Amino acid sequence: MPAPVTQNVNESLATLSDQLILVTVLLYLAAMICYALDLAFGRARTVVAARRRELVGAGGPALPEDATGDTAEASGPQPAAWAVRAGTVGVVLTWIGWAANLGGILTRGFAVDRWPWANMYEFVVAICFAAVTAFLVLLIRQPIRFLGAFVTVTAALGLGFAVLFLHVQAGPVTPALHSYWIAIHVTAAIVASGLFIVAGVSAILYLIRKDGRASVLPGKESLERVAHRAIVTAFPIWTFAVIAGALWADRAWGRYWGWDPKEVWSFITWIVYAAYLHARATAGWRGKAAMIISLVAFACLMFNLVGVNIFFSGLHSYADVPK
Amino acid sequence: MSAPDDLASAVRDETVATDQVTQERTRPAGLGPVGWLRWAWRTLTSMRTALILLFLFALGSVPGSIYPQRGVDPAQVAQYFKNNPTQAEWLDRFWLFDVFSSPWFAAIYLLLFLSLAGCVFPRVLVHAKEIRRKPPAAPRNLLRLPHGEAFESGLTLEQAAAALKRRRFRVVTGDGWVAAEKGYLRETGNLLFHFALLGLLFAVGAGGLYGYRGNVLVVEGDGFSNAVAAYDRFMPGSRVTAESLEPFSFTLKDFQASYVAAGDRQGQPLDYLAKLTVQDSPTAPPREVDLKVNEPLDVDGTLTYLIGHGYAPTFRVTDGKGQVAYEGPVPCLADDQATYTSECVIKVPDAQPTQLGFLVRFLPTTVPSGDAWVSVFPGAANPTVQIFPFAGDLGLKSGQPQSVYQLDTTNLKPLGAMSAQPTPLNVGETKELADGAGKIQFTGVKEWISLQITYDPGREPALLAAAAAVIGLVLSLTVRRRRLWVRVKDGTVTVGGLTRTEGGGAAFAEEFAQIVTALRGGPPAGGPDDGAAERPPAGKPQIGKPQAGEPGTPEPSEPEGSGSAGHVLSDAPTGNAAPGGRPDEE
Ligand code: HEM
Repeated sequence: MPAPVTQNVNESLATLSDQLILVTVLLYLAAMICYALDLAFGRARTVVAARRRELVGAGGPALPEDATGDTAEASGPQPAAWAVRAGTVGVVLTWIGWAANLGGILTRGFAVDRWPWANMYEFVVAICFAAVTAFLVLLIRQPIRFLGAFVTVTAALGLGFAVLFLHVQAGPVTPALHSYWIAIHVTAAIVASGLFIVAGVSAILYLIRKDGRASVLPGKESLERVAHRAIVTAFPIWTFAVIAGALWADRAWGRYWGWDPKEVWSFITWIVYAAYLHARATAGWRGKAAMIISLVAFACLMFNLVGVNIFFSGLHSYADVPK
Repeated sequence: MSAPDDLASAVRDETVATDQVTQERTRPAGLGPVGWLRWAWRTLTSMRTALILLFLFALGSVPGSIYPQRGVDPAQVAQYFKNNPTQAEWLDRFWLFDVFSSPWFAAIYLLLFLSLAGCVFPRVLVHAKEIRRKPPAAPRNLLRLPHGEAFESGLTLEQAAAALKRRRFRVVTGDGWVAAEKGYLRETGNLLFHFALLGLLFAVGAGGLYGYRGNVLVVEGDGFSNAVAAYDRFMPGSRVTAESLEPFSFTLKDFQASYVAAGDRQGQPLDYLAKLTVQDSPTAPPREVDLKVNEPLDVDGTLTYLIGHGYAPTFRVTDGKGQVAYEGPVPCLADDQATYTSECVIKVPDAQPTQLGFLVRFLPTTVPSGDAWVSVFPGAANPTVQIFPFAGDLGLKSGQPQSVYQLDTTNLKPLGAMSAQPTPLNVGETKELADGAGKIQFTGVKEWISLQITYDPGREPALLAAAAAVIGLVLSLTVRRRRLWVRVKDGTVTVGGLTRTEGGGAAFAEEFAQIVTALRGGPPAGGPDDGAAERPPAGKPQIGKPQAGEPGTPEPSEPEGSGSAGHVLSDAPTGNAAPGGRPDEE
């Protein structure tokens, strides 16, 4: 017989979470402006084709083109000191925004006493957080500050979209989501998506960037390398996320794979990213073609995230999109 | 231009496979059947074909998410046929309601996996040879390598070899040089990954052949025993026989659902619990099992899942002759998940003098709303039924299969005046039927659960294969293949190295610097991370070179060598040598 139960939601924490997310959006936007100033008034780079390495002409082995067609980046005139400082302020603001984002996620989790990524709103917030985290972590070791403006604006837009169109009140979730698998499967999907976002941003910049022209962006090769590195890191995580999803489906629905729309699109995303990795090893597909494939894969990822929840009905209809 | 040939041999690999393939590719057509077969095989197993097949695989899956699929939701497919009959027929001609079991989809993945097999088996042979091969001899001028450094030291060849061995390099010593190589696990991982995909395909296939899946609906108090006849829907693999079903049985003692009682999300389900008494075999002692979502019942690999629930109000129908013509529960389907307002059908073929049929609306938590009644909550806090009685011919003799959830009213006439909102009955109340046709009593409320029972012998092999795939993937994406040489001559030690993995330059630069430090036997001149990525200009070893690319210290474009000025990221010139022989690798 049914036994009505009340699930307590800590309303003040839930409100705090909503406020923190708003603060995050503002901080990311402010950071974006700082990065943009750095880009606009900082150093411009020109990519000049460096001289080919001699060994090629001498009947050496066929080296991949990026080893032979070396490029060097010549720097423009001394950048304005304040512009460089603006970039530094951008990084600091991003870190503060990151902390606010984290706080927003944690308070939401504590408010409802469960993993805070069980509906579309929470999921999108977490993915934006993951993208900024991926950027900040990569920034520790690599000079990719130029990506800052693009990553923060993407995250701010994503969060804004979540707040405006996807927001639902903090609350309990359906029984199918009561599982430790949500911690494993969804977390992996979020981490991978965050990295894929960084890769996607770099790939778009790659296609925009023209060779041999002065630009505030680094050379195509650097952009390509950032994208590749992010994808290579994200791909095994995504693979794991899909497998963990299958394990969960096996527990919850009685089959590990059933071609539910969400499963179909995770699979498509996976296959297209695999195609990207293959393209990089195939003559005639390196460079631009491979980057375009990675963007197709990224589009599939985004469609799976947003489109599938909205257009298709399936077992994965927990998205809880506000009507 | 000191030693191009040396360099070439330093980065070059077994090129046998590649050469062979290139020849095959460029050979003119018109070779006769064997030549054509070979050409077809080469084409099928080339990277470009693999790439195209991967795209087709992805593209082919798309309609499977757009159109309802029979294997996923047959009811929706039936609905599609009803709504757009002609379109549905055309879609069906192209198997678009069965995409994932269609011949054209099978053709794509079989070709892909054939290509995969044809691609990786030869690579296993190449790799097996590669693993046993010694690192190649040192090129003459190590400083021309992407990473190179020279220093004065009393280091002996033996010491250098030992230091490299300690770092788990494979080492050979020659006349005045040591060659070392590491990172064979990359290709091993890649092969493991691709083989694991083949394994996964076989596991999934075997599961489909030797496994089965079925659905059944069980009302509280009733039982189920695992036999083909007991299922409402049974989908066996082609190798499943009736005897191979695990002979377990169970009774559903009780089902409980809990919902959010108040607030914004009132009525949202919180938890489901089905209490079962299970017998693993006809002779086994009974055991109590709590069945929940995410916690299936496991009997020796046959799994029972709780996938749905609903109400089954119970009725007693007494016909016009005063005989009890029906007594028991009637499973109802929920119209609305938020309130569990449900529709049920009672068919009483044994009623005299005419057959009786009832449409019933079940309201779990009834409240009046104007001159109607509605349910406001999915839990059964105030259950009532609204009954619409019919008399006549139920049409059961026509031989047409009928749904138990639908009443065919063609030969039935309503009993008494039909109202859209008949007065609801509470538990225990009776409705007298018009025209002396009898009466119907609402005797109680039970619940039903729907279960999915699956047996899939491919589950565990598939999991193993998937785990192997992840391990292989991580190895092949993180391990870098790298070579390193040390030459000792007249107290001068020259070290050169390269990574044969694209994009591995930055990390290798660090490792290279560490190795050089270790060989020197002292701390590096300018700090641990000091310009490690930079290669000193050829022939002019430089120690403690200032780091390039610092903001505020604009670098002129590098005069010679590395070409990575201004951007430490640029690890391009790290000697990305051609990897092992593969059809259209460059
Ligand atoms: C189901 C189909 C396939 C999938 C999902 C797949 C997936 C992948 C992935 C994810 C990688 C990158 C990881 C790594 O470097 O190990 C890879 C690499 C590779 N695959 Fe596949 N693959 C498939 C079929 C094939 C086929 C048919 C071929 C041969 C024609 C092939 C040849 C290769 C090669 C040569 C590499 C190494 C590329 C490199 O050196 O970067 N794969 N594959």
